[in-house]
Amino acid sequence: MNRINQKLQEDKKILSIYFSAGYPNLNDTVQIIQDLEKSGVDMIEIGLPFSDPLADGPTIQESSTKALENGMTTKLLFEQLENIRQSVQIPLIIMGYFNPILQYGIEDFCKKCEEIGIDGLIIPDLPVDIYAENYKETFEKYGLINVFLITPQTSEERIRYIDSVSNGFIYMVSSASVTGSSTGFGDIQTNYFKRISEMNLKNSQIVGFGISNKETFSQATKFGKGAIIGSAFIKNLTENGVSSIEKFVSKIL
Amino acid sequence: MSFHVNEKGFYGNFGGAYIPEMLYPNVEELRQNYLKITADKSFQKEFHELLKDYVGRPTPLYFAERLSKEYNTKIYLKREDLCHTGAHKVNNTIGQILLAKRLGKTRIIAETGAGQHGVATATVCALMGLQCIVYMGEIDIKRQAPNVARMKMLGAEVRPATSGSKTLKDATNEAIRDWINNPIDTYYIIGSVVGPHPYPDMVARFQSVISEEIKAQLLEKEGQENPDYVIACVGGGSNAAGTFYHFLDEKEVNIIAVEAAGKGIDSGESAATSALGKIGIIHGSKTLLMQSPDGQITEPYSISAGLDYPGVGPMHAHLFETKRAEFISITDDEAMNWGIKMSQTEGIIPAIESAHAFAVLDKKKFKTADIVVINLSGRGDKDLNTYIDYFKL
Repeated sequence: MNRINQKLQEDKKILSIYFSAGYPNLNDTVQIIQDLEKSGVDMIEIGLPFSDPLADGPTIQESSTKALENGMTTKLLFEQLENIRQSVQIPLIIMGYFNPILQYGIEDFCKKCEEIGIDGLIIPDLPVDIYAENYKETFEKYGLINVFLITPQTSEERIRYIDSVSNGFIYMVSSASVTGSSTGFGDIQTNYFKRISEMNLKNSQIVGFGISNKETFSQATKFGKGAIIGSAFIKNLTENGVSSIEKFVSKIL
Repeated sequence: MSFHVNEKGFYGNFGGAYIPEMLYPNVEELRQNYLKITADKSFQKEFHELLKDYVGRPTPLYFAERLSKEYNTKIYLKREDLCHTGAHKVNNTIGQILLAKRLGKTRIIAETGAGQHGVATATVCALMGLQCIVYMGEIDIKRQAPNVARMKMLGAEVRPATSGSKTLKDATNEAIRDWINNPIDTYYIIGSVVGPHPYPDMVARFQSVISEEIKAQLLEKEGQENPDYVIACVGGGSNAAGTFYHFLDEKEVNIIAVEAAGKGIDSGESAATSALGKIGIIHGSKTLLMQSPDGQITEPYSISAGLDYPGVGPMHAHLFETKRAEFISITDDEAMNWGIKMSQTEGIIPAIESAHAFAVLDKKKFKTADIVVINLSGRGDKDLNTYIDYFKL
């Protein structure tokens, strides 16, 4: 069974952490992954940097730009991750925009992911209908779970469709926003999380966008299976460096 | 073969809507409604009245006698430079603001490079009394101070895009992010035939008034609707889309799209997407774009801010791939010299964008009897500083 699905079966709330590969330093990737696993994180999203990250706020944009300036490329990321499965067991997801993946070649990209031991992909600008028609077969051939986003504005009909195409979890975007812009959750989010949880979808939901600390993590996971922290983690890396990972995670769990 | 968009939003291999799920409800609302609303009689009436009485349409189709004599062919200029606000851009913003109103939107956002689309958007927002926010690259704000001032006078807020290269593509990213953050009340007026479906088709339809008028005007002047050639410059490609639109299926009409070669195609400072681009995704559309081998979008260059875009609309990518249109690229120097030549031969100071289109006259040999229509997409007032610096005027 795919490591993501194994993890989702555990009776616990899942903490997933996102970081931009190649940031703060080009060769921090493996160290960050190892430290996150040691700190008790459940899942990791490795950000493949892109020049034009449409769905991201300033923090992830800046880390992405810096990573590219540092020299990060798709090929280099795969080289860095070549032996990652010798040291970690944690589910690993690559999150990136569609164009760099398209240029690498969809099939080659998926094949490489399988070789390395990547468990899933999140590609925010690859819509579910285009995926289902053109790429689903290829992703599944290489054992990759593709994760789709839903938002408070996504219709029930579309959520059901996304659920039917998904085979891992659904990424529940907490509010109408780009990453890193929200400061806490109110009744609107709580009602939305509850509404989705009551739909009894076949895939569990993991909440992302706007989670930055213990409080927002526990609010997000009251109804969802888990939550994702991205911008807040990157801010911490910027301010306190790679050595601060364990301390950051311990404040949340 | 069809040169128009299909029901899935594609022109051949190009187009579609590669958008994050956060944008789906907005784009889907537009996709479901744009044809219905724009076909409505009351919409058509209001649109055409505004084009006539506010924009000043139809714009003349002017026989350029001295130029025709010099090049021994029949050259007509479609005078989009005479539109209110100084360029064709306003045809589209009038259409989209009427659509936004009918969708019940109260807050308008737009991106702009040189500021022409920003001014055209600020203008129609003032006309309709709607809030207007224009995203503009921080570098472009410095380069295009007069247009920033115009937008402010018209009541728009100009927000600097400070990410990435701080130019048009980044302003577009910021506008898209704004739309993600404000999905309910906000309408995004895109300025070119780019972005996710249905934008390329919608903008092309609003601009198609250009070729509709050319047909009627040629019939009157030449006794035939179709010219032998239509020529227009292409950045994202909205004036070209409008100029070509009603000729796409008329096989005897040769279509020429003119791109900015900048300092030369191989100089590393160019915006000639058809020559330098590869298929990829930019701003929600699958099209030809300039990018690194790793799929990072690269920064284009042209002396003309309106042609300084790393992609090209999906319709144009399809016209290029199917060879329906011939693509020719023109350098900064060639375009600038045509700015002077047009001024002194016909008494018209063209926008530098449009000057690229005229430079084709030196690249191609036309027959004496050929009817050649060149779209003069904008006037050169906005480019005076560039002309002054370049020619030390």
